[in-house]
Amino acid sequence: MTVTELFDRWGGLIVDATIETFQMVSISLIFAIIIGLPLGILLVTTRPNKSFENKYIYRTLNAIINIIRSIPFIILLFTLLPFTRMIVGTSMGVRGVIVPLVIFTAPFIARLMESALLEVDKGVLEAYEAMGIKTKDIIWHVMVREAKPSIILGITIAVIALIGATAMAGLVGAGGLGDVAYRFGHLRYEPEVMYFTIIILVVIIQLIQTIGNRLAERAKKD
Amino acid sequence: MIELKNIHKTFPSKKNGEPITALSDVSLTVQKGEIFGVIGYSGAGKSTLVRCVNHLEVPTSGEVSINGNVLNDMTTEQLRQARQNIGMIFQGFNLLKTANVYDNIAIPLKLTGVEKSEIKKRVDKYLDIVGLKDKKDVFPNQLSGGQKQRVAIARALSHEPDVLLSDEATSALDPDTTDSILNLLLKINAELGITILLITHEMHVIQKICDRVAVMENGEVIEQGNVIDVYSAPKHQTTRRFVNSIFPSDVPKAFIEQLESEGPIIDLTFVGTSADQPALSTVSKRFNVDTNILSGNIVQLKEHPFGKLTAHIKGPKEETDKALAYLEEQGVQVSEVEQGYDSN
Repeated sequence: MTVTELFDRWGGLIVDATIETFQMVSISLIFAIIIGLPLGILLVTTRPNKSFENKYIYRTLNAIINIIRSIPFIILLFTLLPFTRMIVGTSMGVRGVIVPLVIFTAPFIARLMESALLEVDKGVLEAYEAMGIKTKDIIWHVMVREAKPSIILGITIAVIALIGATAMAGLVGAGGLGDVAYRFGHLRYEPEVMYFTIIILVVIIQLIQTIGNRLAERAKKD
Repeated sequence: MIELKNIHKTFPSKKNGEPITALSDVSLTVQKGEIFGVIGYSGAGKSTLVRCVNHLEVPTSGEVSINGNVLNDMTTEQLRQARQNIGMIFQGFNLLKTANVYDNIAIPLKLTGVEKSEIKKRVDKYLDIVGLKDKKDVFPNQLSGGQKQRVAIARALSHEPDVLLSDEATSALDPDTTDSILNLLLKINAELGITILLITHEMHVIQKICDRVAVMENGEVIEQGNVIDVYSAPKHQTTRRFVNSIFPSDVPKAFIEQLESEGPIIDLTFVGTSADQPALSTVSKRFNVDTNILSGNIVQLKEHPFGKLTAHIKGPKEETDKALAYLEEQGVQVSEVEQGYDSN
């Protein structure tokens, strides 16, 4: 089979699947950052000796994040079916998979944000405290700002993990590249489809990591 | 200006329940417009002390007041306002890595509510004062340590504070850069009238720019006074060690014992004008004594030269007594080196 034939036969399917994957990843990423970044900030600021020290919030949050992160995505997907139906009205299709993807990714992003924010030089935070600047401004204009390169790299890692998780989305009929590779490549035994999707996935991941590295480097300013 | 009254600070210990005492009963007053230095070896509690002044570290007990306003009584919001009037610089500079020099000064101004047009004026003004006008667009990683500290100083000054706290600001810098930063501090003290409270472990810093000094050990102030007085008549042993560190006198003990049989060995301390008079050579001309300098040094304190000599005066007792009396008349402080003299 020539490359042209391959494209003629599977091109449309793969393009659609790629679009589905991008939809799932981008929508869940946005929600996961909206939830994960504040959680990361909360993890850093409520720990002992920090500005909003609160051991109850800190410990509870820690435990919840660890519990969710213990569950493999495929199991989380099924466990959350009723919850998903409650939130978005359906547990099928792209809409149905966004909820479990967000719940899977947000705690992961929270951890990545936590480690990025902990790297920020305590002395700088202290200097701003000494200048009489509000804690919320210090968090946003100093902590998050200074952690930006690490935050970008963290989000890059999260995006790649998300793409991996979307491979399971086919199980609830959401489609995507993973689903194509599984259904056509494995179940119908069309190995060229499998290889085709793998190549596309490899290219996408390479691209995302490169972009992430570049953006992080640019944010570093040195 | 800055008044610390009976400051105590204890930290809970991590291992056992015994709290660690960092400061015990520290009281000191910094007058408006002066440069006050606190010196001590590491672990003496000086860093905790300076951090208590702006309540980065809240004292366990005791009172901090600045311009008559007691920080202990303030709400979080009042403390925040008060801090805007207390500049601080650090050993580690503490600049934003992701912001250029301009933004490093402008961002805190913006966050404390200074108007846009005013921000630009202030950044320009204070960068000019610290001599970094041409580095506006440069990021901290491209600056040397001394330049970074200058940016930090400009950042502190841009809030136009009455007080500047310096937490080992020159300790990470080489000797030349240290001197240039110290000169800058002298300049801002003189020209802007900012009161400076600095802590250091280097005598050099004290003698170059301070008017008054407090010596700390084990969380207590063991001696304080005018720099010249503390230098010329250190009372506490730790203070003597600090003073002796700039006057290395490692005369062998055996040598001293041998010389003492032929006349007294004396420490001569010259302060101010007496430091530039040739008192010792006059002595050997006017009296029947020979003088032999064993060790000595003259340093320039902020306002006066200050010198210290260890000398042997050889001659009959009545002559050496006269010689010592003459030296005292000339304003030289004379003290006999004790038996078993030790450089420490």
